[in-house]
Amino acid sequence: MRLLRRPELAAVGGAVLVWGVFAGVAGGAFTSPEATAAWLNASAPLGILAVAVALLMIAGEFDLSVGSLIGAAGMLLMVMVGPVGWSLWPAMAATFVFALAVGVANGLLVVRTGLPSFIVTLATLFILRGLAVGGSRAATGRTQLGGIREVEGFESARLLLASTPVGSVRAAVLWWLGCALVGMWVLRRTVFGNWILATGGDREAARNSGVPVDRVRITLFAVTAAAACLVAVIQAVQFGGADALRGQLFEFRAIIAVVIGGTLLTGGYGSVLGAVFGAVIFGMVQQGLVITGVDADWFQVFLGFMLLAAVLFNQVARRRLAGAG
Amino acid sequence: MTAEQPQGSEAPDDAAISGEQGGTARGPEGAAGAGAHLVLEARQLSRRFGPVVALDGVDLEVYEGAVTCVLGDNGAGKSTLIRILSGVHRPSSGTLLLDGRSVEIPSPRAARRLGIATVHQNLGIVPLMSIWRNFVLGAEPARGWGPLRRLDRTRARDEATTELARMGITVRDPDEPVGVLSGGERQSLAIARALHQGARVLILDEPTAALGVRQSALVLDRVIRARDRGTAVILITHNPEHALQVGDRFVVLARGRVTARRERGNTDREELSELMRGSPQ
Repeated sequence: MRLLRRPELAAVGGAVLVWGVFAGVAGGAFTSPEATAAWLNASAPLGILAVAVALLMIAGEFDLSVGSLIGAAGMLLMVMVGPVGWSLWPAMAATFVFALAVGVANGLLVVRTGLPSFIVTLATLFILRGLAVGGSRAATGRTQLGGIREVEGFESARLLLASTPVGSVRAAVLWWLGCALVGMWVLRRTVFGNWILATGGDREAARNSGVPVDRVRITLFAVTAAAACLVAVIQAVQFGGADALRGQLFEFRAIIAVVIGGTLLTGGYGSVLGAVFGAVIFGMVQQGLVITGVDADWFQVFLGFMLLAAVLFNQVARRRLAGAG
Repeated sequence: MTAEQPQGSEAPDDAAISGEQGGTARGPEGAAGAGAHLVLEARQLSRRFGPVVALDGVDLEVYEGAVTCVLGDNGAGKSTLIRILSGVHRPSSGTLLLDGRSVEIPSPRAARRLGIATVHQNLGIVPLMSIWRNFVLGAEPARGWGPLRRLDRTRARDEATTELARMGITVRDPDEPVGVLSGGERQSLAIARALHQGARVLILDEPTAALGVRQSALVLDRVIRARDRGTAVILITHNPEHALQVGDRFVVLARGRVTARRERGNTDREELSELMRGSPQ
């Protein structure tokens, strides 16, 4: 009963299972430190995003625009360091300001209009993707921009965002770890975390109890956008540039990772640690398929079944603990 | 999760008796008049919604350590009255006095700050959250400084457990979700929370409406406990029986006006039912 109360149980169990299967099939080729670093690196961008999306979804909201924002933020950064001619650090700061503005705009639109965030952010998904492709084409004639390595400030940015501080493990994994620890702490140990749970659980009840539910939701949209921006900046530095189409389908992958992690689609209940393990499953399956030589098309099939199994398991567990309620 | 009294259905009788003793101690008639402190007073309160007059010149006195029952049928103006007192609506005309001083109640938050807490029918309780998280919601104890300021979980659990025990609810594990509590226990939790957060005036909106006999008895017992702690309780109900079990004073509303006032001892179930039905008195 105590264990069933942990929302992340299915995700942790699933991750152990997936690891066991690949370790059994591929042996040392999957369990070596090199391979472990590879799946950790593959999980990190999604993992960073999933931490923020988990908090947002626990507060009862969706953000479908995060994938597009990764593309848009990356292009904005590259346009600023390229044609505009800024050095890297001011450009990164400006990119973050832009992302925060997008997040606040998402939040304000949701709070003011009362429309479901699913629809509002579906609109911003298209707007941002269109802006990223159209804007960069108008500014530079291309939708892929490179050359970040020559920009002033690149060395320090690379050290912070894209180096390999532990073996082959990239800095992104440490950022992910940091985000996850902060996210877990905020949700479980702070007053704001209690407000997140209440806002998603029953918005009217939360409001009646004095919780500033609108402020909570706008803040979380901004945090989610900031996480997408962090991913965009890390990838731009790591890959040497940006692509307007980068981040496609990330919005759904993040939602899937969060749901596998035990967070209710309707909000009010969930776990940051679960979302972390949801992202881990993604990375392990991706790398595991490469290592075992299985066709990557099977990734999608596996993902669908994994999602279904996790959601069913979580539903059963929750019914047990909440009784009729 | 267990309620304190094992007998359950006997509780209302106990409650009624203890209520009567309380009344006698303060002096039967008046309770009100002589000793008790007048906490909240409404004078000539009116509220119109367009052409509809929902409340029409209502006077209401609410005393410390007493239960004031507001009775009336659906549409009598009960909801409008409590929405004004809890800061959801502003009155079209009339004044509100708290401790004899004129006050404005522009928002639910303002009402809470003035010590007026309302337990709405939907309770303000989040079912999937744990008992202690619900108990401290909106007034969470915190410790630490700056960005490291955090929820004081030990204190929150202690507060929840001891305050609920004071209301006669034994909590086995405050980490359990509120969903495991019965309807009456959830009502009791909402009452205990309001009192703990400093309510001097406690407005209960139909707290027994959705409950069975046993659960109603549990909640009415909590009302008595709140009153005995000196709280001014406003109990909105359309059940004269429940009103008589705990009430000190009875105000009957019909079509937005006060049609009758009674006190404990000078009315009975038949008369209250009659008055609520709107028969001429």
